[in-house]
Amino acid sequence: MKILVCISNVPDTTARISFTPDGKAFNTSGVQFIINPYDEIALTRALELKESLGGSVTVINVGKPDTEANIRKALAIGADDAIRVNADPSDAYFVASQIAHVAKTGGYDIILTGKESIDYNGSQVPGMIAELLGIPSVSVATKLTIDGTTATLEREIDGGKEIVTTPLPFVASAQKGMAEPRIPNMRGIMSARTKPLAVTEPQGSPAFTVNEKYELPPAKAACKMIPADNPAALIDLLHNEAKII
Amino acid sequence: MPVLVFAESIDGKFKKSAFEAVSYANETAKILGTTTTAISVGNITGDDLKQLGEYGASKILSVTDSRLNNFVNQAYASVIAQAAKDEGAEVVVLSNTYTGKAVAPRLAVKLQASLATGVIQLPSKGDKFTVKKKSFSGKALSEVVCNTPVKILSVAPNSFTIIKSPATPSITAYNPAIPDTDFRSVSGEIVKSSGKVSVTEAEIVVSAGRGMKGPENWGMVEELAAELGAATACSKPVADIGWRPHHEHVGQTGKAISPNLYIAIGISGAIQHLAGVNSSKVIVAINKDPEAPFFKAADYGIAGDAFEVVPKLIEAVKAFKASHH
Repeated sequence: MKILVCISNVPDTTARISFTPDGKAFNTSGVQFIINPYDEIALTRALELKESLGGSVTVINVGKPDTEANIRKALAIGADDAIRVNADPSDAYFVASQIAHVAKTGGYDIILTGKESIDYNGSQVPGMIAELLGIPSVSVATKLTIDGTTATLEREIDGGKEIVTTPLPFVASAQKGMAEPRIPNMRGIMSARTKPLAVTEPQGSPAFTVNEKYELPPAKAACKMIPADNPAALIDLLHNEAKII
Repeated sequence: MPVLVFAESIDGKFKKSAFEAVSYANETAKILGTTTTAISVGNITGDDLKQLGEYGASKILSVTDSRLNNFVNQAYASVIAQAAKDEGAEVVVLSNTYTGKAVAPRLAVKLQASLATGVIQLPSKGDKFTVKKKSFSGKALSEVVCNTPVKILSVAPNSFTIIKSPATPSITAYNPAIPDTDFRSVSGEIVKSSGKVSVTEAEIVVSAGRGMKGPENWGMVEELAAELGAATACSKPVADIGWRPHHEHVGQTGKAISPNLYIAIGISGAIQHLAGVNSSKVIVAINKDPEAPFFKAADYGIAGDAFEVVPKLIEAVKAFKASHH
């Protein structure tokens, strides 16, 4: 079983988000970057599958050299080798094209990603990779099992879940529940230093979109406090003032 | 060059998000000086199809290929892409739901189109076609410039108000050829979570956290939700320790939601939680700690013990409903 796991480098979940004064770029100063949490779930499931079925787990990241710390972390968690496509991941189609290009010749049985990255929240890359490769995809999957050349997945849908079966190869995007992320141990951290990390230059591929400007959500007005012994006053405000019930 | 909108349905009925998407598409069509064509997949009655006209669709393509009765993202993408080509659509609108998220990226590749997901405002068309979306898991907003002839926009649920704009639509049966290879993945069983309101589409969400002290105390949360016709949700720690199922977790690494009313009970309001809920229209925080960060993000707050406040609140909701019948 050859598994490719796509990881992205995102601001830590506790990071306060701010932008440069002109609003044109994310202000990275003082921000710690982590492996996108959903990608980490995908990586863990990939390692579990490798442990039960044999094979290998390769991680791929489209990013500049500063993402290598997190690529090494993925190797420490247990991936066998890594590929970094040396480019700024500014557009989903561009990123998906780079990964699809690598995957075309890689002979992977399974390509896993997180359900979305927690920075741009596009949920675009996995579906685009699948379409570029002409293979099935299952999004927001909470469970993944393999039986021979068939995979069975559970994906979240509105108000429930759907069981989907698909032949290999396929792309799936991971949601919480697919696996519990692992913490790298000392042996993993030591061995990660010498595992192969190949750097390739990007293929010429267009970027369809540009994130041109950012802003913070509008600030809330001060919170109106209601006495704890009179919740009925809350209902009154929700009805007469907020007009939502 | 009309705007094409995919109107999602479930069990033969359109979803609220479908009407939001059609409204969004029609308002976009007005900006572009064109008309709105809706595409629907599934066995939907003529009367139900005509509903889309109320929100401005002047033409409706009805796809009834029985192979599409179960959702298959590849095949849906093929059908919508073909419709976009046949209609010469410049903009394609979908809902940013589980279905929309599964279809839109494939559609973008097929149409070589730029895709902006989770958009919250109408596009603006100056020298550039720009649209605003949520980013950084709700901690920020970004303006995305779409640099291709065809643009795909998926509308964040509950973010765009439905606008009535009655039109008398023409209804056309539309069944383009779909390659067999689109049906390699097969949708089997659908397991519904027991008759509850879906948290991502719900207009009211009642959510609770560690302040509830244990899973056995969730009865009052569920009762309050039932009285309000609300969905239930929870904070991350509560899902992580198994008090509540993962699918209820809202926040940065759970579901991002934007209901009309979000009631948070015994949730302190960590930045990761707020990121997933701060686009709710009205937020109520109930917490015994008057310094809880949630009060800074809420519109209304009650500083008090949930075990005393929530039962009283349930009584107040019952009394309100009784007096407004």
